[in-house]
Amino acid sequence: MTEMSYLDGNMLDGPMRELFTVDLSTAMGRCENCGMTGSMASLHVYSHAPGLVARCPSCESVMVRLVRAPDRAWLDMRGVTYLQVPMPMEQTLPEPL
Amino acid sequence: MGIVSPGFSGRPRSQEPALPPGQYLTEDFPVLSAGPTPRVSLDTWEFVISAENGTEYRWSWQELMALPQETPMVDIHCVTHWSKLGTTWQGVSLDTLLDGVDTGAHFALAHSYGGYTTNLPLDDLRGGRAWVAHTFDGAPLPAEHGGPARLLVPHLYFWKSAKWVRGIRLKTMDEPGFWETAGYHDYGDPWREQRYQGD
Amino acid sequence: MATGTPARAPIKWQVARLVERRVETPTAQTLVLEVPDWPGHLPGQHVDVRLTAPDGYQAARSYSVAGPAVDGPDGPRIEVTVQRVPDGEVSPYLIDVFGAGDPVEVRGPLGGWFIWRSEDTAPVQLVAGGSGIVPLMAMIRARRAVGSKVPFRLIYSVRTAQDVIYADELRRRGRDDFGLDVAYVYTREAPDGWRGEPHRVGLADVNTHGWPPDLEPLTYVCGPTGFVEAVADLLVGLGHSSRRIRTERFGPTG
Ligand SMILES: Cc1cc2nc3c(=O)[nH]c(=O)nc-3n(C[C@H](O)[C@H](O)[C@H](O)COP(=O)(O)OP(=O)(O)OC[C@H]3O[C@@H](n4cnc5c(N)ncnc54)[C@H](O)[C@@H]3O)c2cc1C
Ligand SMILES: [Zn+2]
Repeated sequence: MTEMSYLDGNMLDGPMRELFTVDLSTAMGRCENCGMTGSMASLHVYSHAPGLVARCPSCESVMVRLVRAPDRAWLDMRGVTYLQVPMPMEQTLPEPL
Repeated sequence: MGIVSPGFSGRPRSQEPALPPGQYLTEDFPVLSAGPTPRVSLDTWEFVISAENGTEYRWSWQELMALPQETPMVDIHCVTHWSKLGTTWQGVSLDTLLDGVDTGAHFALAHSYGGYTTNLPLDDLRGGRAWVAHTFDGAPLPAEHGGPARLLVPHLYFWKSAKWVRGIRLKTMDEPGFWETAGYHDYGDPWREQRYQGD
Repeated sequence: MATGTPARAPIKWQVARLVERRVETPTAQTLVLEVPDWPGHLPGQHVDVRLTAPDGYQAARSYSVAGPAVDGPDGPRIEVTVQRVPDGEVSPYLIDVFGAGDPVEVRGPLGGWFIWRSEDTAPVQLVAGGSGIVPLMAMIRARRAVGSKVPFRLIYSVRTAQDVIYADELRRRGRDDFGLDVAYVYTREAPDGWRGEPHRVGLADVNTHGWPPDLEPLTYVCGPTGFVEAVADLLVGLGHSSRRIRTERFGPTG
């Protein structure tokens, strides 16, 4: 049963949105350990723990850790080599100076 | 604090003067996990103490079971705010395991099957305060609670009691472990409420 | 119905109030919440709900939004459907204790991945286990609301016929929503007149009631973690690209 205890990276949106203004669960991330690149929404999130632990769905290595104290938060993303974040199309012409 | 939801009390719990600050009493034994549960066969299980000079001291399952056994009855305090009183364990004292280990180290980094780590001062593993425990409540420790064997250091927050323990590295310098590198306290004394760094 | 631009603002907890509740099954209820600053959402998104006890103790859980928001006299309303988990901390409270007019904190909408966009023309297959129907129903409702002709197939796994959430509406939509097919799998007890034995969703169910992989459907699977795991494996085994399978695991209990 404990193997069946993780959630999808989708659920990271709420806790991460306390720190960032974009939905990082829709970003693509690359696993530092195995190189798998995929949606952060597909990570395996262990939430019955002192913090949130998000693991790579291919190799199970830790990609993200988020610890929340009442007055502070710690975010460790050393397991992610990059994030590719969807951006809204900016206006194509530069603004008048 | 958020707005109170009328009639919401949460999981049954009580705040007793006998408990460390901020802790609630629980009757069940919540399962916390930061990853998949490792399944370790007793045939290949081993426990290794690595001294700072590189010397390794190893025990197989049979060897561990052949050592003098103790049956501590202790209170445990999880940093997620639950405490459980009077839990009974069986295991081998770290005093027994460290006896004959030649070291001048002051720090220990416990490591586990599955990759978990946690740091403690070596002194806290001595003096009848720490065990490698394999039996809980008279039965083999279930895998979800850290079986075949876990570290049991009940005077510190329970994340220091590494599940699926595989060994201890002795260190001259303190090296923070899994939760300690993500904001949790290096020592973790529940009575001084050392939950997070700087507490 | 919201726009499709990704949200770019921190999300704050806000106070919502229970307007009314509807009994869906003996163990599931739909709660209508009034959320004054609701910005709109996409089908499949969820909210986090936070409860606070008088001594400051807090518990938060996620719940999928069940359908499009509607305008009430005092602001937008959203619906969530909660399945009662025995011994649970939050779901029994929401079903048994939480009363009309009572406040609760919510933040959302959350989760920009497990969503269906009506611009996407690929056929859709939805596989639900138990309360996993909730975000998939939001997609079915949105499809109809925007008049989409994208073909949808739903496979809904339940223990018994009385555990079907939204049973009447699904029956009606299965008949009236052109291009929506609904199939059930019963795991404990099949209703009278059902052909076959109770079983868990298997290859045959997915083969018969889903889309073949060469149509490159978009698949959404939602339910208890074990269910989602099993169904996703089945689909990949059948040749569906894992990149076209989106999952929402509700946890061990679902
Ligand atoms: C994105 C998302 C959307 C969701 N949408 C819905 C929805 O629309 N409708 C709905 O009814 N539910 C939904 N859920 C599930 C919901 O969030 C709760 O998990 C559910 O209501 C149970 O909460 P509870 O407090 O009642 O039970 P809990 O008190 O959390 O747990 C009940 C039992 O399960 C055990 N348990 C729970 N989690 C674990 C774990 N990780 N490891 C080990 N044991 C565990 C507990 O020990 C206990 O025995 C969703 C979940 C997610 C992540
Ligand atoms: Zn990886």
